[in-house]
Amino acid sequence: MSAKLFGLMAEFGSPDDLLKATQKATAEGYTCVETYSPLPVEGIAETIGFRTRLPLIVLIGGIVGAVFGYAMQYWISVIDYPINIGGRPLNSWPSFIPVTFECTVLFAGLTAVIALIASNRLPQPYHPVFNVPRFSLASDDRFFLTIESTDPRFDVTNVRTFLQSLGPTGIYEVEP
Amino acid sequence: MHTEERLVNIDTAEPLVGPGYTYATATEKIAGPVLTVPTPKGWFLTFGIAFALVMVFLTAVTWLFIRGIGIWGVNIPIGWGFAIVNFVWWIGIGHAGTLISAILLLLHQTWRNAINRFAEAMTLFAVACAGMFPLLHLGRPWVFYWLFPFPNTMGIWPQFRSPLIWDVFAVSTYATISFVYWYVGLIPDLGSMRDKAQSPLVKRLYGILALGWRGASRHWHRYETVYLLLAGLATPLVVSVHSVVSFDFSIGIVPGWHSTIFPPYFVAGAIYSGFAMVLTLVIPVRKMYHLESLITKRHLDYMAKVMLATGLIVAYGYLMEAFYSWYSGGTYERYMMFNRAFGPYGFIYWLLILCNIALPQLLWIPSIRKNIVTLFILSIIVNIGMWLERFVIVVTSLHRDFLPSSWGMYYPTIWDWATYLGTIGVFLALMFLFIRLLPMISIFEIRQLVPAPGRNGRKTGT
Repeated sequence: MSAKLFGLMAEFGSPDDLLKATQKATAEGYTCVETYSPLPVEGIAETIGFRTRLPLIVLIGGIVGAVFGYAMQYWISVIDYPINIGGRPLNSWPSFIPVTFECTVLFAGLTAVIALIASNRLPQPYHPVFNVPRFSLASDDRFFLTIESTDPRFDVTNVRTFLQSLGPTGIYEVEP
Repeated sequence: MHTEERLVNIDTAEPLVGPGYTYATATEKIAGPVLTVPTPKGWFLTFGIAFALVMVFLTAVTWLFIRGIGIWGVNIPIGWGFAIVNFVWWIGIGHAGTLISAILLLLHQTWRNAINRFAEAMTLFAVACAGMFPLLHLGRPWVFYWLFPFPNTMGIWPQFRSPLIWDVFAVSTYATISFVYWYVGLIPDLGSMRDKAQSPLVKRLYGILALGWRGASRHWHRYETVYLLLAGLATPLVVSVHSVVSFDFSIGIVPGWHSTIFPPYFVAGAIYSGFAMVLTLVIPVRKMYHLESLITKRHLDYMAKVMLATGLIVAYGYLMEAFYSWYSGGTYERYMMFNRAFGPYGFIYWLLILCNIALPQLLWIPSIRKNIVTLFILSIIVNIGMWLERFVIVVTSLHRDFLPSSWGMYYPTIWDWATYLGTIGVFLALMFLFIRLLPMISIFEIRQLVPAPGRNGRKTGT
């Protein structure tokens, strides 16, 4: 057993139990709490006070895409390579809408995906939670709650007693 | 979320997920065909046929590269022929995937959870097949990158007032967004596959693709946000793509193309053919892999109803096309419509009406709609009908336009057919490889339909 643990992990059998346990853990004052589940559990993000700014980032991505799309067409058609097509104005904006729209969607979509992967710190080849053998069920049918050792109130004995009081089906030490 | 689904399920005869499923058995049922269950014989048979067709495709394309597009039946006045017919057909098929995964997600139609992965894969491969046709039709396919705006030594740029360049942007955006949407949807399931796999090599491969996904609540929260945002972006995108495809026609002045009804009628037609293709694929596959308890008869019934509804929109499109060519009073428009129905290609028009409008009305009858065999046959008929529709639009409009001196006929050659059948092989081969190597149903979304353990009021099965 190494000197410093990543944290203590408790296993539960249902999303409801996990949500209740998370609520109790935050009520108890633990701040470095994370849960792992095979499907999104409604209410946990609110319980641990987590909010995401991804929608704003995606909006910015979309706006950049729109500006880029239109500016590119304007520069090409008006400045760098002006051609008279059927007497239409060089800046024939209605014709530039489809490409502007596609660029908006492309930029917003790619921003969303890249921001998702990056803000989740993925790809991540190693993470301590995988050291728990039972954790392979976190992608199947078991639910896990971790109180990490970075928590200011972390103390192995106390946290173990607390987790025990939540009625888990198992408690594991997560090696770093 | 679970409460909602229970309310939906209570008043219907057949639940969306068969009885007795738990989180674990759902994982096992879907991951099984990839990891443990022996591959069914039907897979080898279908993949074998598809692979043979891929060889046909490669032969046809090689010969095309050697000899040029003169080996096809295209010539002035019909410069577009099979290549564009097939392009529009394939890209239309792709649209059902995005509709199922994005629009039905936004509308909280949870029945989509059993078929969205499958339909998204179908989209991806259909778009790949579609994308090949305009490139092969270029004459010099190896300079296809000239389509994109990039600084070049020729000192020229694409013409942004042309719908053909809009098409390049629409289709490449669609392909990109469909791919990332599909992959993002796969990440949690790839994690499940990684944890389920026994062989170290397989574990490692899924592990790399899963990017280290561990189902943390913060990750899930961001994930759901992005999934919803992507659905919101894909919804207008799918409408824009087929609208832009229809602009390829309707911006031109050729009678039979120059019509404002084209965008909505093309989008409806795309969804129509897409749902038909999903049914054509899903019906044999659910039988082959014994997935009747996940892709239930209720799913098939819903898809049949969507097909019927979009088919009626398409019928309205045909009707309006005919009405306005008469009402416009334009000589050329009127002649186009008359020629379309009673000219040399008239039989194709009537075959199209039979396949796309007359026969699908049988779907009104519940016993036919709920019978898997008749539904399968009807889905194939609609696929054929939608292909004929594109043939009618492309060929009959071009072959007799304004000047009788420039009229002509189009006869596809064996290489036209070989390329077309070849892409069907490419599509099926990719589809069956996907079924073999990745979970074909979204596992984590099926878990959301399974009653949670420890909840009252429903049989939990634990």
